[in-house]
Amino acid sequence: MERVAIIGVSQTKYTQNNPLSFAELVYQVTTAALEDAGITISDIDNVVSVSSDFWDGRTISSMAISDASGAYGKDITTVEGDGTFGALYGLMRTLSGSFDTTLVVAHHKGTESNMRGITNTAFDPLVERKLGLDAISSAALQARRYMTKYGLKEEQFALVSVKNHGNAMRNPLALFPMEITVEDVMNSRRIADPLKLLDCSPVTDGAAAVILATEHAAKKLVPPQKCVWVKGVGHCADAFRLGDRDLADTRALTAAAKRAYSMAGIQDPGREIDLAEVYDAFSYMETLWLEGLGICPEGMACEHLERGRFDFTGPLPVNPSGGRLSSHPVQVAGLAELVECVLQLRGEAGDRQVEGARTALAHGVNGMCGQSHCVWILGK
Amino acid sequence: MGKRVGIVGVGQTHHASQRLDASGVELIAEAVTRALDDAEITIKDIDAVVIGNMDHFENINYVDMWAVDGLGAVMKPVFKVTTGGTTGTTIAACAFYTVASGLFDVVLAVGWEKNSESDTQAAVATCANPVLERDFFAGAIGPLATEYSMYMKAYGATEEDAAIVAARERNNALNNPYAHVRQAVTVEDVLKSPMLSYPIKFLDMCPRSDGACAVIFAVEEKAKKLCPRPAWIHASVVRHDYTHFGDLEWTFMPTLERASAEAYKLAGITNPLKEFDVAELYLPASTCGVKWMDSLWFCDHGEAPKLIRKGVFDMDGELPVNPSGGVICTNPIGATGLIRVGEAAWQIMGRAGARQVENVRRALVTGFGGCSWSDVIILGADLP
Repeated sequence: MERVAIIGVSQTKYTQNNPLSFAELVYQVTTAALEDAGITISDIDNVVSVSSDFWDGRTISSMAISDASGAYGKDITTVEGDGTFGALYGLMRTLSGSFDTTLVVAHHKGTESNMRGITNTAFDPLVERKLGLDAISSAALQARRYMTKYGLKEEQFALVSVKNHGNAMRNPLALFPMEITVEDVMNSRRIADPLKLLDCSPVTDGAAAVILATEHAAKKLVPPQKCVWVKGVGHCADAFRLGDRDLADTRALTAAAKRAYSMAGIQDPGREIDLAEVYDAFSYMETLWLEGLGICPEGMACEHLERGRFDFTGPLPVNPSGGRLSSHPVQVAGLAELVECVLQLRGEAGDRQVEGARTALAHGVNGMCGQSHCVWILGK
Repeated sequence: MGKRVGIVGVGQTHHASQRLDASGVELIAEAVTRALDDAEITIKDIDAVVIGNMDHFENINYVDMWAVDGLGAVMKPVFKVTTGGTTGTTIAACAFYTVASGLFDVVLAVGWEKNSESDTQAAVATCANPVLERDFFAGAIGPLATEYSMYMKAYGATEEDAAIVAARERNNALNNPYAHVRQAVTVEDVLKSPMLSYPIKFLDMCPRSDGACAVIFAVEEKAKKLCPRPAWIHASVVRHDYTHFGDLEWTFMPTLERASAEAYKLAGITNPLKEFDVAELYLPASTCGVKWMDSLWFCDHGEAPKLIRKGVFDMDGELPVNPSGGVICTNPIGATGLIRVGEAAWQIMGRAGARQVENVRRALVTGFGGCSWSDVIILGADLP
């Protein structure tokens, strides 16, 4: 793969009931990403928006934000899914020889959406939808299967929530920075057994933007310290129906990660990656995905977590931003992870800076219970 | 530099107003299986998949996930793109860039829609701004009626000019076994059909169809091995306009002018009317088949009716437009643009059956959607 750099990033503060419209959010992050890179909209060749008609409650949802993303008169397209997939298409377009610079922008207003209704429509309309399955109830099934397969306990998952909300205390953009204990998580309201309120990510509003550039354009447009390089990326989907999968088997993630690692020349991800932003929509997902990513053996991530391996001060900090458990703007989330990784690799992550970070992993999810995954490796 | 990319296989369903025999996933599987057969490969040869449709028509969220069984995408890389009417050409562009990037060698592009399960016009209406424009630009017909009214006023074009286009395309569809509407009509039939929204009448307008289309894109080395005469991608260009209908130019199509000008430049086309051998254009109404000919640089503004009356775009004319019967005969919306790409590829491959135009070396494809967005794709028999 030819070298592609991320040359500009931005994200909003993550909030609830944000009074800004979709277009205003997109305008805000587009402008800020251009400022971050020190370039103007005329330096941007094309735009990828990450929009969803379901979450936006509007057909051709990208229509509402194309002006705001500076796409007038430009080549623009839309990916529907997590921001990591939008960025992946941005990368492909940048590598295709047709474009030198690509703006990828995502927006989400969870507090204007009906999360349970919208995620219910991700299930088969004839059978599964009528059972009332949604993002939370299906995640509960997955958590239970994961616990059963490896003999794990709810208290172990609770520790993910404690760690990530604690990490959010160092992130001024996070929605829910909190100092909490395992007991607090265990005593929080039970939503769908075994998941409790503090095992679940919050409904969130926000936006993020990333600017990709070919090596040639990056060198022309920005100083070298702004550039963070794409080292590898991989994506893969598993079966649709929950019953067709072993929900504790992360083979699609493993395949996606394998591809990303091989492109990046990574042989031992647990040692070579300095920090990871992993898609913790629910507490148990962080440990399950860490196993799928090959960072720990199957069934062992909770034990490694308890030993402090993934703490902010540990050998492999996971979700130093506070993760999705602290701010979860769907679709934006994976793009926000890329933004976080870029800030970390530039050394601009403020109080949440991981010392000496040279290689970072970002991970996005599409579909229910992690049906599809997108894994990114970024480097200095 | 990016890789050169060719189309090596095309498949589509037999489109209909209601395909009660097949679910959405089964429609997708039908198109995918036919594309694999057309390319003489199996699903194992596919490295990555791209899919698209319009969410609110069938109310399936995360369609790329729901469709994996039909796509053959279990344990494969897949994601979804969607841009309204342009979705089909957006999918083709995505597959093109995916291969051109060098990340994947053989990519399956799939578009589908099952409009019989949707309230299409109600869903389309929600694309307009809810406060300012939704009430009077509800559905797809209103804006198209507005633009042709303005074109008629500006240049003296007539309802009959559009009716000639409608009759031409509907009669072309008689040669296309996959077309949804296959009915011989006269110009008079069109003019006498019920008025939908002045000046657009029933036979001027596209239907809403059930159907799917699959097109297989391959990197140069593989395309040469897989296909005796691949359809090479010479250009793919998209241009957008402002968000609000009220901000748009109505007597011509600025996005189509800009997109086609750029695409012609990339493909080295200086006289499109002469240099293209066939065109598969996204014309959602016959009126667009008049007005938009200007914006493709076939003639000066307002001159399109003359070319149409001379038969320039007929099957035996200088540049046959929509031998397939086009969008007004077949419109599974998320697939519609991709069908244009597939039909144009078949014309180059020489696989277009009774609708084949002789010796096609260069084909023009367009997509239309959103608030007058334009996609232009150019295919060629020669390497780009």
